[in-house]
Amino acid sequence: MAVIPALVVQGTQMLLVLLLAPLLTGFVRKVKARLVRRLGPPVLQPYLDLLRLLRKEAVLAENASWLFRVIPYLIFATTWVAAALVPTFAIGLLFSWTADLIAIIALLGAARFFLALAGMDVGTSFGGIGSSREVMFATLAEPAMIMIVFTLALIAGSTQLSSIAGLMLSSGVGLRVSLGLALIALIMVALAENARVPVDNPATHLELTMVHEAMVLEYSGRHLAVIELAASLKLLLYMSLIACVFLPWGLAVPGTGVTALLVGMVAYAAKLAVGGFLLATFETAIAKMRVFRVPDFLGAALMLGLLATLLRFVSRSF
Amino acid sequence: MAVIAELWCVALLLGTAVLAVIVRAPAASRAVYGVTLAATLIGFAAAFSTAVAGTTAVTLPLGLPWIGARFRVDMLSAFFLIVVNLGAAAACLYGFGYGRHEHEPKRVLPFFPAFLAGMNLVLLADDAFTFLVSWEFMSLSSWALVMSHHREPGNAYAGYVYIIMASVGTLALLLGFGLLAGPYGFYGFAEMRANAATPMSAGLVLGLALFGAGSKAGLVPLHVWLPLAHPAAPSHVSALMSGLMTKVAVYAFLRIVFDLLGPPEWWWAVPVLAVGGVTTVLGVLYALMQNDLKRVLAYSTIENIGLVFVGLGLALAFAASGFPAAAALALTAALFHVFNHALFKSLLFFGAGAVLTATGERNMERLGGLIHAMPVTSVVVLVGCVAISALPPLNGFASEWLAFQAILLSPQLPQWGLKLLVPAVGALLALAAALAAACFVRMFGIVFLGRPRTPAAAQAREVDRWSQSAMIIVAAMCLIAGILPGAVIDGLAPVVQSLVHDRMPVQLGIPWLSTIPIAESRSSYNGLLVFLFVTASASLAAYAIHHLASHAVRRAPAWDCGFPNAGLATQYTADSFAEPIRRVFGAYVFRAREHVDMPPPGDVRPAKLTVERHDLAWEFIYGPIAAGVSLAADRLNRMQFLTIRQYLSLVFLALVSLLLVLALWP
Repeated sequence: MAVIPALVVQGTQMLLVLLLAPLLTGFVRKVKARLVRRLGPPVLQPYLDLLRLLRKEAVLAENASWLFRVIPYLIFATTWVAAALVPTFAIGLLFSWTADLIAIIALLGAARFFLALAGMDVGTSFGGIGSSREVMFATLAEPAMIMIVFTLALIAGSTQLSSIAGLMLSSGVGLRVSLGLALIALIMVALAENARVPVDNPATHLELTMVHEAMVLEYSGRHLAVIELAASLKLLLYMSLIACVFLPWGLAVPGTGVTALLVGMVAYAAKLAVGGFLLATFETAIAKMRVFRVPDFLGAALMLGLLATLLRFVSRSF
Repeated sequence: MAVIAELWCVALLLGTAVLAVIVRAPAASRAVYGVTLAATLIGFAAAFSTAVAGTTAVTLPLGLPWIGARFRVDMLSAFFLIVVNLGAAAACLYGFGYGRHEHEPKRVLPFFPAFLAGMNLVLLADDAFTFLVSWEFMSLSSWALVMSHHREPGNAYAGYVYIIMASVGTLALLLGFGLLAGPYGFYGFAEMRANAATPMSAGLVLGLALFGAGSKAGLVPLHVWLPLAHPAAPSHVSALMSGLMTKVAVYAFLRIVFDLLGPPEWWWAVPVLAVGGVTTVLGVLYALMQNDLKRVLAYSTIENIGLVFVGLGLALAFAASGFPAAAALALTAALFHVFNHALFKSLLFFGAGAVLTATGERNMERLGGLIHAMPVTSVVVLVGCVAISALPPLNGFASEWLAFQAILLSPQLPQWGLKLLVPAVGALLALAAALAAACFVRMFGIVFLGRPRTPAAAQAREVDRWSQSAMIIVAAMCLIAGILPGAVIDGLAPVVQSLVHDRMPVQLGIPWLSTIPIAESRSSYNGLLVFLFVTASASLAAYAIHHLASHAVRRAPAWDCGFPNAGLATQYTADSFAEPIRRVFGAYVFRAREHVDMPPPGDVRPAKLTVERHDLAWEFIYGPIAAGVSLAADRLNRMQFLTIRQYLSLVFLALVSLLLVLALWP
């Protein structure tokens, strides 16, 4: 068994997601700026921001506990592990069976759990408001996501992301109503999970309107850098997820050579570019909604997911 | 012989209970918990030996003369004996320290071992008579423990509601056993097993078992006593009641429905799944609305019991339709969750007890910032919170994951009713898991994080070493069961095999200690690797950043948005944290309404926000029943104030009607 090459490919994927994540964030920002005819920061600005933050000292609130200092690393680790388990340029990697899609969602849930705790640690009202709203969103976004997973799993007969992507790649699936519903629901959930417009505004600076930013308000220096990186990783993860299930073309299958892997990487980069462009366009075209409209938005995603699952339960052909 | 050893343990526990009444030494507390700990550990070991030695049975000349009481330990009871004695041993260890803070130890010490003996006896019983007597003994001894602090407000009421619900539940079980006994009244479990029930009576027995066991386990709408009674007891007893006694109720349901009732029908799954699904979501929504720390935990028990019953319902559906492998998966998920919940709920109640000892407060609104004063307690409670929120890599996730895998197998069920019900139940489970995470973020965040809201919370001190060690041991078990779920699944295999005649594939031989319920291409999860990856990447990131970038730290005041000296009251409270969720779900589930009383300009009285919330189970079920009972009592009360002539005519009327019945009786 060729363990070493498999390990190398797996390692490449882990590093790739880590290195690409800020680039994607920078790209989306740049496109958004260009769409409103601003010049915008350079595409590589997120890397510079991260480096700057990493070198700075961390300012902690006076009553911040040890948990407050540990949580950034926990969030980063769970998000990174989750992102590294989603197929990007190849399927069937060495550790792809470690966690199936349900476990990946749960890992992201763990990251959110800790982030919400971090928001409450210092005991200010901003942290509390952010945590409280974040868990309210999560109570609808997570079941919606599980319903989407159910739909995909029932189509593919597997919760393994590699198997699902492999089946989609084999083009035996075709167009299905349930897949369409799942795609719409998944995009809605992804917008909410990544704190994008219309659910939350990643660029906001007004405390009362923030959700994600309110929770991390007390963070600075290296802690903030790690959390920002985790947020970028999460955006990348959701894009990879949508890409590998709904646009699986170009994914390298196990046992193929270096050429296939390179093709996979080029295809992956193209998918990310398209995804980032679409996200930026969508965000520019739409306004942020009130906080208490978000449950309706996510409730719709949950219902779409449930409908797709029900369709799969009652018939094999939808 | 495992059953003999178990019975000796029960005798030891009962003897301890008697001695605890008699002995008046100041060291009695230590002695009682010590002997109880020894007895539960022996019981635990003896239950384990059943896995090797197989089923053992014995008839003792106790109970009814010439008939005796039958006891038996098979795989099912051995599993529950392991769970109960393990949790009880942890509670004893915790009691070493916690029991010293007891004001009136005489009200707790005798009943603690008696309660454990009762639970063990229920699991050992092999005939309906012994089962029901033990069940009542368990109920009554736990009732005495609920009433141990009877002068505190609300506790007497809790005991009153509890004893009524316990009696009604036992009545249902009594009727169920009566039906199982058949026309000739065979009340031994072996005879019941041999006698196939008719479809009609089997359906009735299912309903009665769901009612009787469900009322003890806390299924909605029979849950109303649970959040009153469980928190009223001392914390280590709350752990026993919530973590273990609800499991004994699950055992009763399993014993009756899976073992005694014969092969299942598909429609049995429908009420079990529906009640289980509704219970999970309602239980956790109630938990989110509570401010009493122990009541949050009690409501969360209801949620977890719902999850267990969903697993049991799926197992029934699969078994009835001839999918034994899928039934084994669903049943394993349910039993795994039984084990997990016994662990983390005990842990969380121990943590609540530690908070209570340290601050004297159960109201979350009066706590906060305890992470600074109670480092050990906060870590172990955090482990419990992560576990109960079903987050990897802890044990709660492993069982929840298995339950989801079982749901994903259910499109093969042929019945349309189940095809529509199961996805809905799956959505309810997912909703409950997300709400549970919200609930425990709230609990941990309000109690342990933030700034202390009262002087009592500010002056908290870490609890004693005994309590700490009990909590650490249980937390470690949560972690081990989470990263090595395969070991637990393999351990459950004989139990599952005995109930649904199939088992999950052997897990411990799989490379990398993965968990693969059906096939690797279908689904797999590796708790160990997830744990290692997360730990490794977190430590790597921390190490690299501290060595390559910066490790400087400066302390500064928190960001105040330009308004310095923010008071303690500006923090988010438990109520305000739950407000968005109350607005989203509560408007329907609790008919929650908010009324704002804003004084007109110039009026200096404070503005007031009132939140009204209704428990619909009380309003629509128990309220009318209570009203009916009191109306009947009022009417019958007049009978006490009749003249002698009226009484005599009543006697005469009764006599005539009895004679009429006798004459007309065929």
